[in-house]
Amino acid sequence: MHELSIAQSIVQLAEQEAQKYHAWQITEIELEIGVFSGIEIQALMFALEFAVKDSLLEKADIIYLPIEGKGECRECESDFLLKSLFSPCPNCGSYNIQIVNGKELRIKSICIK
Amino acid sequence: MCETCGCGEHLHEERTVTLKQDILQENNQQAEQIRAYLRSKRIYCLNLMSSPGSGKTTLLEETIRRLTVGTIREQSQLPIYVIEGDQHTDNDTHRIAALHVPVLQINTGTGCHLEAKHTMQAIKQLNPEEDAILFIENVGNLVCPSLFDLGETRKVLIVSTTEGEDKPLKYPYIFQEADVCIINKIDLLPYLQIDMQALRSNALKVNPHLRLFEVSALKGTGMDIWCSWLIEELAKCK
Repeated sequence: MHELSIAQSIVQLAEQEAQKYHAWQITEIELEIGVFSGIEIQALMFALEFAVKDSLLEKADIIYLPIEGKGECRECESDFLLKSLFSPCPNCGSYNIQIVNGKELRIKSICIK
Repeated sequence: MCETCGCGEHLHEERTVTLKQDILQENNQQAEQIRAYLRSKRIYCLNLMSSPGSGKTTLLEETIRRLTVGTIREQSQLPIYVIEGDQHTDNDTHRIAALHVPVLQINTGTGCHLEAKHTMQAIKQLNPEEDAILFIENVGNLVCPSLFDLGETRKVLIVSTTEGEDKPLKYPYIFQEADVCIINKIDLLPYLQIDMQALRSNALKVNPHLRLFEVSALKGTGMDIWCSWLIEELAKCK
């Protein structure tokens, strides 16, 4: 359940940013979560329910923006949609793949007032 | 001045702030600080990860024995330090301390993995000498430790033959993060139905760059090959 640590980091980072603007409430937060980030969105939602208590995020709408996987083959240099962490290159069949998108774990933006 | 409350301090209009900030940034920055510190002191650090019961502590004990006695010792002769991570108990610390190696236990309580802040705190307390080896035995878990960089030189994943050949496909994140994969408990192979070739090829499908070793930490099989590789790595680190 590493999602609880992640949820606590989200609250801490968002509050730090909001405080720079002397905001008293965060009304919305957008999270970019790659399909290969190692984060289970359902588990993160559950963890955030607890982590936001008594924080500036307590009443915030939490928007999850999943990012799909994209790979690049290190052998033939083609790029393609990556469905799993161990899919071969659809062009040459190699498993020597670089993940280009899908590992993101980011706060995209916050709405503050 | 603010018309709502007259404070002149805070916002009353909503505004959007774009961050694009990595949520693991703090952990990753701390890990990079640790890595730079260890490099400056020529300390080679291994993060040992596995599911509970795959033999991490036995492997560590046998590795330390080989690095501190016998022929391999003549090649290494480096001071060894150990950080032990577990949710509860200091059982593993006692096992390592019996080998006369400085060891520090971190109990994470409900935490399912070590983070860079734990390594930082432990290194401050252990205060290792220059030209040393530091082993970090992570909390037994095949999921969560994969996300958290501890500032190590190499990540070593231990998987035992009793866990089955499909573990790399079921838990691909940790296999992808590892530099080395040690398949432990090969002495049990006559009693198991595991397909070793499938285990090897599944691991390499997920991570073609993995360096694979096959050992029985308990019986000593393959341990000299693993330790010799470690000695070569230490020499490269100098």
